[in-house]
Amino acid sequence: MLARRIIPCLDVMDGRVVKGVQFKNHQDVGDIVGLAQRYRDQGADELVFYDITASTEGRTISPNWVQAVSEILDIPFCVAGGITTVAAAGARLAAGADKISINSPALARPELINELHDAFGRQCVVLGVDSFQTKTGYHVKALTGDPDKTHDTGRQTLAWVQEAIARGAGEIVLNCINQDGVRKGYDIAQLAKVRKICDVPLIASGGAGKASHFTQVFRRAQVDGALAASVFHKSILTISHLKAELAATGIKVRQ
Amino acid sequence: MSVVIVDTGCANLASIRFAYQRLGVDAIVSDNGAQIAAAPRVILPGVGSAPYAMRQIIDKGLQPILQNLKQPVLGICLGMQILFEALDEGAKSTQGLGLVPGAITKLDTKGQPSPHMGWNTLAFHASEPILSGITNGDYVYFVHSFAAAVCERTIASCEYGTQFAAIVRHQNIYACQFHPERSGAVGARILANFLEVPT
Repeated sequence: MLARRIIPCLDVMDGRVVKGVQFKNHQDVGDIVGLAQRYRDQGADELVFYDITASTEGRTISPNWVQAVSEILDIPFCVAGGITTVAAAGARLAAGADKISINSPALARPELINELHDAFGRQCVVLGVDSFQTKTGYHVKALTGDPDKTHDTGRQTLAWVQEAIARGAGEIVLNCINQDGVRKGYDIAQLAKVRKICDVPLIASGGAGKASHFTQVFRRAQVDGALAASVFHKSILTISHLKAELAATGIKVRQ
Repeated sequence: MSVVIVDTGCANLASIRFAYQRLGVDAIVSDNGAQIAAAPRVILPGVGSAPYAMRQIIDKGLQPILQNLKQPVLGICLGMQILFEALDEGAKSTQGLGLVPGAITKLDTKGQPSPHMGWNTLAFHASEPILSGITNGDYVYFVHSFAAAVCERTIASCEYGTQFAAIVRHQNIYACQFHPERSGAVGARILANFLEVPT
């Protein structure tokens, strides 16, 4: 039986892992390779690395540390940050990344999803969506790595997810911005709505603060995986303890 | 030189080389026909599209070399699929290397999300040296939309909507649908076992 995935997320800025609250006020939480190793040893199912300022600074995530991570890691990992072309994606995959995640570049040029799909296959293409809730519904934001550049794209979250899947995205990571870094629980209602229209793997992101939040998101939103950052960085939860709790409630996890 | 990884132009070459590096084995990545033919063991990696991978093999003149390998061969993921006779991707069909009888077809996930992505369990069908030190029910990492049906050559299966072949063996040819290079200690053991399977 397919296990539900627990995915620590490492936001990278200037070659270090950082964590902010609602994408602001970033604090240093450690070294990239060291943290990757620590989470792997705790039983992480995969890792995600976001170079959070790459898009806002017009850069692309460095293949050098992608290779350094690949050399030590024996679980899959995904990288994101300013990847705007097939060639840029290819260089990161060649350095050892298993998947490429795109967010702002796909909003700027949605054809990029088709191009990556045709070059590397659906399984390599992850779409990150930064979704926020207003009185009028769920909207997509772009360039969330820099508070001064962040803006509403005018796109509706559900429509964008459907378009991205039709274009060739093989996995959706839904970051519910209202919940990011505040550890009050995942946005179950929003994730359940997206789950209904998403026939590729769906990963929940934003809001994890304790083990019961993971239980709820797997049970009630039927997501394939749950991504979290601060709860692991601050050692509020260790992945091994979390998985033991999930298994005790009957959720299938790899232990 | 104990193992050569065939350079199919696909993306997971480095990951497999690094996985062997962690085992203290210096694997060589090569698209040189003579070097591949002379290798004690050969790994055929691959991710992405079957037509693209087959095109690379044909353009590099490697098809007859790969079809005549007598040493142990391990196909991984797409590298497993192109070892079969045919790959049916919807309307079009791609001819494979034909080293393993049968065809690759779309995995029927019975309404569950596709691709099949993540850690799933192995169910043993046979006792084989490649499974040495692995336990029935161990998790390995899969990411694929197509698969081979279970048959008498299946030595381990997996289930996601439908049961499919996770590891097959046909004479000197071994193949894994999952990624041993990304399957933690279990995957590392399978890669190590492949270096020990009898020739």
